Amino acid sequence: MGPAKSVVMALTQDVQPLGLDAWASACAQAMAEGERLLTLFGRIDEDDSVVTTAVTLGNDNGESRLNVLRGRGRRGDAFASLTTAYPAAQMFERELWEQTGLQPTGHPWLKPVRFEGARQQHMADYPFFSVRGQEVHEVGVGPIHASVIEPGHFRFMCHGEQVHHLEIQLGYQHRGVEALLLQRPPMRLGSMVESIVGDSSNAYAWGYCAAVEALAGMQVSFASDIVRGVALELERVAMHLGTLTGMATDIAFLQGGATYGRLRTAIINATMRLCGSRFGRGWLRPGGVRFGLTPALRQDLLSTLTAFSKDIALVNDLMRNARSVQSRLQGVGTVSLKAAQDLGLVGLAARACGVRFDTRASLPGRLYTAHPVSVLHEDSGDCWARLTLRMREIDESVRWVREVLQAPETDLALASILSVGKLWPDTLCVSVREGFRGPVVQALETASDGSLLHYKVQDPSLVNWFGEALAVRNNEISDFPICNKSFDLSYCGNDL
Amino acid sequence: MLKSIAVRVSQGSQFIPDPRQASPPGFRGRPLIAAADCASGCDACVASCPTAAITLNPVAIDLGRCVLCGDCEPVCPNALISFSNDVRMAATDRQALTVSQPRPELDPVKVNQALRQRFGRSLKLRSVSAGGCNGCELEVNALSNVNFDIGRYGIDIVASPRHADGLVLTGPITRNMAQALQLCWDAMPEPKLVIAVGACAISGSPFEGSSAIDRAFLSRFAPTLYVPGCPPHPLTFVRGVLDLLGISS
Repeated sequence: MGPAKSVVMALTQDVQPLGLDAWASACAQAMAEGERLLTLFGRIDEDDSVVTTAVTLGNDNGESRLNVLRGRGRRGDAFASLTTAYPAAQMFERELWEQTGLQPTGHPWLKPVRFEGARQQHMADYPFFSVRGQEVHEVGVGPIHASVIEPGHFRFMCHGEQVHHLEIQLGYQHRGVEALLLQRPPMRLGSMVESIVGDSSNAYAWGYCAAVEALAGMQVSFASDIVRGVALELERVAMHLGTLTGMATDIAFLQGGATYGRLRTAIINATMRLCGSRFGRGWLRPGGVRFGLTPALRQDLLSTLTAFSKDIALVNDLMRNARSVQSRLQGVGTVSLKAAQDLGLVGLAARACGVRFDTRASLPGRLYTAHPVSVLHEDSGDCWARLTLRMREIDESVRWVREVLQAPETDLALASILSVGKLWPDTLCVSVREGFRGPVVQALETASDGSLLHYKVQDPSLVNWFGEALAVRNNEISDFPICNKSFDLSYCGNDL
Repeated sequence: MLKSIAVRVSQGSQFIPDPRQASPPGFRGRPLIAAADCASGCDACVASCPTAAITLNPVAIDLGRCVLCGDCEPVCPNALISFSNDVRMAATDRQALTVSQPRPELDPVKVNQALRQRFGRSLKLRSVSAGGCNGCELEVNALSNVNFDIGRYGIDIVASPRHADGLVLTGPITRNMAQALQLCWDAMPEPKLVIAVGACAISGSPFEGSSAIDRAFLSRFAPTLYVPGCPPHPLTFVRGVLDLLGISS
């Protein structure tokens, strides 16, 4: 047995699904034992029956492992909601209810996640909480916001300037991605997968590739693994820089805004020289990567990173030590460690609260075993923590990329596409990739003829949006933009 | 203060002096189609295309659908398709977005004198994402950064539709966003125009055919400018708008 892999497979014929109640109990049992609920979803099967799947991340003698729990019920069936005891399940159960019609009994706020299917275009019917009392009022913002940003609606319940609660209504970006993924040949989904969440193209493409490769029983070359890792870390650096640009601009720290903006340009232009696209589109494909790194490109990237490291250190130093920046970000938008754990927050948003969880470390596979990444965290859980953690994660990603580029043993120019072959029938494969926001989970299930039966996509934003809602409680409404930017969550990743 | 000066010195001069002369190294841009014949009965490029952008006899690529992924390039046995780093892909006519063997180049965007008179010195744009994946949105945002700096041409992204002369549309137009998009358009004062940015906005590709998409808005308000790509390079946008409005660079 090698290092814990970031994909798990199960032969669906061999896993006898539990009854709905037994399945929910098994999920509760796993969480009671400290396992992390990574995803939970359902698909409608023949005759209106619903197959449910939960994936947990457990620990086996210090080694992480992914576990799959399957259940079966019929549309409209009820089961005892997990959310009452384990709030981390709240969003998954809402989605399960919206997509399959199963009823999690006792769920405290069973509301639509994205208004899909028959609920499309009923955005105005969202059952908001309402707040009553003297001098309380509600402020609605969006779906269209004041800058170039995806749409979503925010409803603030306020007392004067103070926010008591924020309710976030999403779904405006719903494109029907999961249904479309089943309408195309499974080996040719690269482009579409890259557009599910377009700022995380490489995380999604890698997770998709890893899943179909595992389903076909093939392994890509180690050189391809390294190039994919480089693609992912460049994406992380670029997107963290985008967030830093936005945060600096939102607090009118204009020199930071201008500088992080042009540093991001340097990174995405380097990505473009490697693969033709500033976002890595068309780079990762099933079987490997379309563009290896020739010695010249390797050198090009190394010198870009050398110049970059010098310049970002200067601007980070300037920003971190500016008292106006500290004053605007410290103690603003705080999420406690307890809340982050209870809600099952993931990725950078969780690590900024002190949660030490990064799937590159817990599910390293052969790449991150050979070249480990440090799991970084902050403890204060505020906008400041999310700012400084982004700066530190950029440094760590740059260090990692330099390490693999300088490792002499692998010729990265040889990375190419190997033939993949047919997908195994009746198999469920779940892949996890740590994108810049957190773990991107993709679950592919094949039918008895090897075609795709189900393609479930789960962006880290799905669970993290609720963390943002908690962060703004008891803050001034005027601090919302900086809270929102510090999380930098995906709308289309939630809406699919 | 010294730190600030150090950052300023490291910043140097970052703007692209003349976007019309810029040619981004490595960019997979306007496709090139060689004049040779296809292998007999071969349709490998058509099969490889994720967005049905390629047609045969003669080989033609619809840039309104093409996501510039390049998946077609390696599958052609006669190596007919390759990609240049040319960013000039914008067009004022949907039909004119196709490159083919007999017509390998796009027509340059012609100056529209009426638009030039109205907006040539000041064009304010309101961006609406209607199902965009944040790729196009990031590139539209990049238009205002220190590198592309469209503000120098009097072109700005504004917050309110009331202040806007043009709508920058990204995304395939989801049914859940269709009403908000219409409301935003209605709130913009006349005269006004639509700029469709990215393959999704232009044709719906790769989300075309989804039951969650409603593109009726575009049948009512045809775009004045189409900016292809997935996402489009900011220079494709800048050049298209500068050419349309006859702005010198």
